[in-house]
Amino acid sequence: MSAVGQLGAASAAPPAKVERSGRRFTGYLLLLPGGLWLLLFFVVPLVSLLAASLYDPNGSIESGFKMTWHFQNFVDTMADYARPFGRSLWYSLLTTLFCLLLGYPLAYAIAMKAGRWKNFMLALVIAPFFTSFLIRTLSWKLLLSDNGFVVDALKWLHILGPDGRLLATTTAVVTGLTYNFLPFMVLPLYASLERIDPRLIEAGGDLFANPFTTFRTVTLPLSMPGVVAGTLLTFIPAAGDYINAQLLGTPKQRMIGNDIQRLFSAGAYPTAAALSVTLMAAIVVLVLVYVRRAGTEELL
Amino acid sequence: MSSDLVLNGISKQFSGQRAVDNLDLTVPSGSFFALLGPSGCGKTTTLRMIAGLEEPTTGTIRLGEQEITGLRPYKRPVNTVFQNYALFPHLDIFENVAFGLKRRGVKDFKPKVEEMLGLVELSTYGKRRPSQLSGGQQQRVALARALINRPQVLLLDEPLGALDLKLRRQMQLELKRIQTEVGITFVHVTHDQEEAMTMADTIAVMNGGVIEQMGSPAELYDLPATTFVANFLGQSNLIRATIIGQAEENITVDVHGRKVTVPLPRCRVTEGDVWMGIRPEKVFIAAAGTEQSNGSNQLRGAVVTDVSYVGVSTQYLVKLPWDQELTIFEQNTGARGTFGVGETVDLHWLPTHTFVLDADQDAHAGVEHIDDPGGAG
Ligand SMILES: Nc1ncnc2c1ncn2[C@@H]1O[C@H](COP(=O)(O)OP(=O)(O)O)[C@@H](O)[C@H]1O
Ligand SMILES: [Mg+2]
Repeated sequence: MSAVGQLGAASAAPPAKVERSGRRFTGYLLLLPGGLWLLLFFVVPLVSLLAASLYDPNGSIESGFKMTWHFQNFVDTMADYARPFGRSLWYSLLTTLFCLLLGYPLAYAIAMKAGRWKNFMLALVIAPFFTSFLIRTLSWKLLLSDNGFVVDALKWLHILGPDGRLLATTTAVVTGLTYNFLPFMVLPLYASLERIDPRLIEAGGDLFANPFTTFRTVTLPLSMPGVVAGTLLTFIPAAGDYINAQLLGTPKQRMIGNDIQRLFSAGAYPTAAALSVTLMAAIVVLVLVYVRRAGTEELL
Repeated sequence: MSSDLVLNGISKQFSGQRAVDNLDLTVPSGSFFALLGPSGCGKTTTLRMIAGLEEPTTGTIRLGEQEITGLRPYKRPVNTVFQNYALFPHLDIFENVAFGLKRRGVKDFKPKVEEMLGLVELSTYGKRRPSQLSGGQQQRVALARALINRPQVLLLDEPLGALDLKLRRQMQLELKRIQTEVGITFVHVTHDQEEAMTMADTIAVMNGGVIEQMGSPAELYDLPATTFVANFLGQSNLIRATIIGQAEENITVDVHGRKVTVPLPRCRVTEGDVWMGIRPEKVFIAAAGTEQSNGSNQLRGAVVTDVSYVGVSTQYLVKLPWDQELTIFEQNTGARGTFGVGETVDLHWLPTHTFVLDADQDAHAGVEHIDDPGGAG
């Protein structure tokens, strides 16, 4: 096996060192505008929100709030709002799940099977964005209303009882959320599926993997960046949403966003801020755990 | 063993065009078979039909006793080394090579993978990702990933196309060695005639969706069947001629008024207009007026128009009286004199080095460079 020795010698030479001292500045320059923007409109409000969450809750807009490092705010709000808080996470989890179940096959079909209809179908996915979030959700209110055709049809099919309704139920809220956030799931999924080299899928078939196994061992792992991006883009905004719960639900379907919104309007800044911070922290922790797991798991 | 790969009347029609046209092909079991042809002639399509990645429009494919025409790719005892390797980017080298064995439920795959990585000299690379390897190393991973499954036929689609020249020459020898060692049938697709000649036992020359000629490298080179093969495999001088007679085992052709003899078995046609062909290195240059007594064919009154010295040989361009230029390679053995530009010379060559092709073909078919002086003026 002497010829193999020659092969070893054929391996690549170490990459040449790249001169990069001049490039450093370019990087910083490019960071500057966006960095300033974020500082102004993200970091500053964030700090003031964190500060507000520690104000004395007995203040009011008229008398002003005093910074008393009142950490008790967090304990109190959690005691009062644990249920809508948990509900928010639960609803957005369901929403993410339904979006994934609906969105993956859709994105897959557009990326792999649509051929020359690809762009048209993508345009259809984005089409709802041409009207505002609020108006779309309002029209769902009409769609799911007690004498709308959806309820009639479901009653006729005996899926709903004679007194059954869709509006003002958990189903309505989660359906609305799913509808509203579906494009955020589909687009990143499409982008990552579209990028997959079709020869990799052929290679799977060539190496004795049937279509399902090829999907499981090649397509799915390669689309994981899209799955992660899509689930985050769905879960995070859904967890903070209040429009769907407000228009399609009842106080029983209240989400934490509704409470935060109500508290802010009522001038209860410290409580509202403490709830916001808690929600943010919960999301950050969940996302970190999730991304870490999705990143290392081999899925095979 | 009777596990020859047999393609019978295989055609592939894409919406716009016919990529492969009524192809008949037998690849003997255990051989190193090259499918040689210019880009776009249907090589990849043919290979994909054997792999099951493309369905033939007509025809059948058999592997030994089994007909595999309609069999799904994952059920065929055939593996492919893809044109740009198609390694799984999300798996490390070990997992890439193990992929096929795992899918077939082989339990004890670890030692096999390690052995295979050893065979391609990548034992220490198992934990790396494909993107961390050089082109040559990726090529070897692709080979290992296919070969580990011990397919009945290994399909290689321009496997060396992305490598630089030096590495390509090394890998040619390497592939040939591995093929001899494992004894698996290799079907090797390439557009590089030198690569096909060095590696293959049998070459099928493909052009425009059909096989022009099939045979050993020496057979194809010595006696091409078409002008395309004559030009695509090495170079040829093709001169317009007319058959004027047949005597015993020889044909006599008229070349612009001079008589030339060609053995009958070396003639594709036996009457009418023809292309008479001679390889450049088979022609000898002599000083004008030299008599040849050994029954050589002769053309007199050629003028040297260009001389390039390339070390082992000298390449001459000579112009014949009817203004056609021929290419001639003379070995620099030192035993013969050299000629200068403008000198008038005689050309001679053996009848057994002459071949005769049908004149209904383009004399430039298969010429790789436009300025190649291979054909008739
Ligand atoms: N999927 C396809 N759809 C349409 N035409 C194709 C397809 N694949 C190949 N062709 C055409 O068929 C011909 C042969 O292609 P190919 O087999 O890839 O050639 P080669 O591998 O010899 O370069 C080309 O003209 C190519 O454009
Ligand atoms: Mg090709």
